[in-house]
Amino acid sequence: MAEKTQSAEFIPRLLPPWELLAEGHRGCQGCGEALALRQILKAAGPDTIVCSATGCMEIITSPYPETAWRIPWIHVAFENAAAVASGVEAGIKILQKHGRYREGKVNIIAIGGDGGTADIGLQALSGALERRHDFTYVCTDNEAYMNTGIQRSSATPFGASTTPSPAGKESIGQRTEKKDLPMIVAAHNLPYLATACPSYPLDLMNKTRRALSTEGPTYLHVLSPCPTGWRHPIDMAVEMGRLAVESGVFPLYEIIDGKLRLNVEMNKRRPVAEYLKPQGRFRHLGPEQIEEIQRFVNEYYDRLIYRSQCDAEAPPTPHEE
Amino acid sequence: MGERVGLEVSLAVSEAVKLARAEAVAAYPITPQTHIVEELAQMVADGDLDAEFVMVESEHSAMSACCGTSAVGARTFTATASQGLALMHEVLFIASGLRLPIVMAVANRALSAPLSIWGDQSDVMAERDCGWIQIFVETGQEAFDQTVCAFRIAEDPRVLTPMIVNIDGFTLSHVVEPLELESQEAIDGFLPPFSAQVVLDPDRPVTIGPVGFPELYTEIKKQQNEALLASHQVIVEVWKEWADSFGREYRPVESYRAEDAEVLINLAGAVAGTARVAVDEMREEGRKVGLVRTRLWRPYPFADMREAVGSAKAVAVVDRALSFGGPGGPMASELRGALYPLASPPVVAGFVAGLGGRDITVGDFRAMVDETEKIVSEGYTHEYRMHGVRE
Amino acid sequence: MADGPTWKEYPMAATISEPGSATGQNTGDWRSERPVRNPEKCDKCGICWIYCPDAALFMDEEGFYEVDLYHCKGCGICARECGKDAIEMIEEGE
Repeated sequence: MAEKTQSAEFIPRLLPPWELLAEGHRGCQGCGEALALRQILKAAGPDTIVCSATGCMEIITSPYPETAWRIPWIHVAFENAAAVASGVEAGIKILQKHGRYREGKVNIIAIGGDGGTADIGLQALSGALERRHDFTYVCTDNEAYMNTGIQRSSATPFGASTTPSPAGKESIGQRTEKKDLPMIVAAHNLPYLATACPSYPLDLMNKTRRALSTEGPTYLHVLSPCPTGWRHPIDMAVEMGRLAVESGVFPLYEIIDGKLRLNVEMNKRRPVAEYLKPQGRFRHLGPEQIEEIQRFVNEYYDRLIYRSQCDAEAPPTPHEE
Repeated sequence: MGERVGLEVSLAVSEAVKLARAEAVAAYPITPQTHIVEELAQMVADGDLDAEFVMVESEHSAMSACCGTSAVGARTFTATASQGLALMHEVLFIASGLRLPIVMAVANRALSAPLSIWGDQSDVMAERDCGWIQIFVETGQEAFDQTVCAFRIAEDPRVLTPMIVNIDGFTLSHVVEPLELESQEAIDGFLPPFSAQVVLDPDRPVTIGPVGFPELYTEIKKQQNEALLASHQVIVEVWKEWADSFGREYRPVESYRAEDAEVLINLAGAVAGTARVAVDEMREEGRKVGLVRTRLWRPYPFADMREAVGSAKAVAVVDRALSFGGPGGPMASELRGALYPLASPPVVAGFVAGLGGRDITVGDFRAMVDETEKIVSEGYTHEYRMHGVRE
Repeated sequence: MADGPTWKEYPMAATISEPGSATGQNTGDWRSERPVRNPEKCDKCGICWIYCPDAALFMDEEGFYEVDLYHCKGCGICARECGKDAIEMIEEGE
């Protein structure tokens, strides 16, 4: 995999020019999550409604009277973005049937952070997925409650120091492994699910388009490096995402009609130490712990490869036939 | 004239929702609300109601989904009770803060613990400050009429505030009553389609639910409260129009044999029927006793209550909810507040009764009136008393 | 709090009807370093543009990406990601 996105594969004039997440938002310098949103909305286009969960992205985009949203947007609460989106979808469906709403497809996106999705919003998400609403849920995962001051969530990785899971003489920081949220979501048998990262903008935008154009509930899990919470230099969000992917810490894959496909299968991966090292949240880890993390990553990655191979050999799904 | 039928009150509410042409219902089952929602589901399944019926995975999500349907401009209904209403708590404040005119029936039921599926009004009293218009009904006819009216009131551009119609669980919700169902044509004439002014629409992008800094939060809350207060006038107008169309009159406060009464009973909900029997008995005995039933609870009808209470010596307020460690029952403390500015306000005797499905009998009302008279004649201080409790 | 709109003057529920009004916000003053592009090295690839979290780059008439200094917060992602090393971060005030 290329170390940096090469100009040859990238023609900006072919990308949507609109900035639907307006400049002037209050995101931190070098925010990977705002970058992810910007790219997602580029792909989604103006015929889109966003329902946000409480969190960084909600706070930084909507301090009255300044909104960063150039599309219709609603925030209700923290744990219910998927439920609000369910209502928006159901409401538009019936109003369109009654001729009381504009015609044509409206993309409905619910957005939550890792806390709003993997923790407090998990029930609402599961319900909305099970009910088969036609919407896309985007989890912008920065691996902790950054908005409230870097508190661990169930998506915080092993060994990360956060304010309530601090590293100390008797503590290595977060003691448990990151909850495997995409696989929990996958258990709802969605037609489309993908992991993505704004360090790979074309990939993220293509996955967004695919998710939105797939009928039924779809899900994007977007790793969103956070210089504030991860304590890496402010110019490194894109590089951190790249290191996460190239080390196998955050594999990019899609699950389409139940079949998992690794977007890039890397037999040679960077050592996880390269990913951990620039981040203050992992600075306290010693060689043994880094070795342990390396082992987790290898095992998980091998399982993914195995599954993708099995899925590739499985009978074709209706869409493939 | 409508069609005269015998109908379970829950189903009468569902009929009202159907005739109101609700477009979206998001709900979660909880006793004793279930019959309302099941009937709506059946209506949708049978093609009698052309609405989106979303059976969500919790009441929190029910109210959240209602915010979504209402924010795109769909006429929205839900129903709940007890723990379900408590689980909605957070979103109730947001629905009113976002000015989404959702209509909700609450089949009033006690709150745990201990678990009780039976009736009282603790559930809604815990939500009295959530910014919704709230009324209590007594009969099936009233439940039907008020459910239709609720959409007119909540969706009025001067109001745009959600509304709760309280129906006592089981003792009203599950009772079969004779009532008049109005025709679709007549209801269509009374209730135009919901025409939302601000909706989520890609043609006119708006940001709904922004962050409000201290420099504006107070102003936005004032704005919301003013709309709730102003709803009183709209409510009276809508009820007047309903009376003109259908012949049934409603007022914020209903008085019964109250004109020259020295002791008034004040309560809300279906137990008023029993209270009227007690009043009649005592009147026959020559005692000057009357009844003031609170229909409109939020906005609190201060002027109506002052007028209804008039020159009575005392009011026995019967609350079916307990404000733990506080002034007893919420209706009593509200009435005390309303009467306080009067030069010589009547004594307000608070009673908490009928908790968790315990009946309030004619004898109970008589005993509470007896005690109220004693408080007046002996002049002792009475904050409140839990009536009918075994000591 | 004597100044400012009255409760009657705010839109209902503080709903914002001007899309993207955040553009009026000067986030450029958060910056301690600013990106400076070297036109000789720049090949107009647009990598800087697609990686900007603040949408603070725009294409000029010649197809070069210019920095919108009113919004650029100076994170330096553009400089770090530029494959041609055509962007340098220099300290504000220099």
